[in-house]
Amino acid sequence: MTSAAEEKAVAASRRIRVTVNGAPYEAVVDARLTLADFLRADLGLGGTHVGCEHGVCGACTILLEGRSVRACLMLAVQADGRSLTTIEGLSRDGELHPIQQAFVEEHGLQCGFCTPGFILSVHELLELHPDPSDEEILDFLGGNLCRCTGYQAILRSVKLAARRLREPNAPAGIPAEQA
Amino acid sequence: MKPAAFEYAAPSSIAEALALLRTQDGDAKILAGGQSLMPLLAMRLARPSLLVDLGRIAGLDSIREESGVIAIGAMTTKSAIEHSDLVRTRQPLFHAATRLIAHPQIRNRGTVGGSMAQADPAAEYPAAALALDAKMRVVGDAGERIIDAADFFVSTLTTALEPGEILIEVRLPMLAPGTGWSILEVSRRHGDFAMAGAAAMVALDAGRVRSARIVLFGVGPVPLRARAAEDAVAGKPPAAATWASAAAHARDAVEEPLSDSHASAAYRRHLAGVLVERALAEAVTRAGGTA
Repeated sequence: MTSAAEEKAVAASRRIRVTVNGAPYEAVVDARLTLADFLRADLGLGGTHVGCEHGVCGACTILLEGRSVRACLMLAVQADGRSLTTIEGLSRDGELHPIQQAFVEEHGLQCGFCTPGFILSVHELLELHPDPSDEEILDFLGGNLCRCTGYQAILRSVKLAARRLREPNAPAGIPAEQA
Repeated sequence: MKPAAFEYAAPSSIAEALALLRTQDGDAKILAGGQSLMPLLAMRLARPSLLVDLGRIAGLDSIREESGVIAIGAMTTKSAIEHSDLVRTRQPLFHAATRLIAHPQIRNRGTVGGSMAQADPAAEYPAAALALDAKMRVVGDAGERIIDAADFFVSTLTTALEPGEILIEVRLPMLAPGTGWSILEVSRRHGDFAMAGAAAMVALDAGRVRSARIVLFGVGPVPLRARAAEDAVAGKPPAAATWASAAAHARDAVEEPLSDSHASAAYRRHLAGVLVERALAEAVTRAGGTA
């Protein structure tokens, strides 16, 4: 930790190094800056949406070392030395990630405010449970609020995404027995 | 930026952390997982001069079996506990309590030590700790000490920790053979804080209740042992009438339940009784008796 050694051990600001979507960043940040504000304001990654700013709505959910976390409930300084993924990091060469594509096809979003948080929560869910039950999906997404869809379209989107990730050539739509 | 300004330090050892706390006359706050502290900072309900982040101290996040005890490092996340086979198989009440806490995204960051030290009246871990007779391993300038869960939770958001002390480990006994357990709560939505909750441990002997441990949470400033309810079921047959009498004692044990926009005091008292009945019945079923 050369950055810490260079500077005072106790300080109101600190130099941090983070990897975001595979790219290294270095910045001096106020200790009180949340990780969500750092991503949006300092790095210009506005896809991490800020809703309630106290851990209730889930809009700011990102991946920290692959695990879904609330970016408003972390300080930027806590992310020093860590690897993060935001919604901007999912698509490859202009092609949507299968989870994003499934949300498009199954109308898993309307206004889109909550969507980045949902997509990143689903990313961890499908790593833990590649073929999740309805109950597992609802339980895992309980901390992400959506005020448009009524959640049923999100449920269908997650099932389609799970199937696409298991069988990349799966057709559009959900088989009737799974819908 | 929503929080008021503070200084920040991320020590790499407990000794360094203790030294930092000493410099602040009690105005420092310890940052564990931050899932309760960050909202308090955002709303400026907490305005510490210094945040001491325990996140860079190695060795505080293990789950070990140690001579009949499950020793969980204070910085162990709820997700790690949720996915621990040791906790799930040997102390299932604590595992079930973990699943009741918030959401996976919160459990990925929130820690066992943070929950205990935060001592929220509606939180599951303090109630589980009291039900299980957990021990809190604490270090301070004077060295180490062990605090029983029964002495640890003092009042709303207040524990027996002195300003210069750090909770480093939570020690849980393993589930004893022949003992059933349950932890239940009622909340508006899954993952919300409980309006009321109950934990129960029941030991059976020759078709009767040998002893019971009953803890209520969300109904007062700290988790509450319902001792009169425990006495009311000892020696009785495991039957609905026994649970109903325990429920009546549990309702009486709730002195001044919180009354707010989530639930009235009367409703919280009612829930305490209902949950004690259900928890006892479930615990007895798990102990191998009939409910």
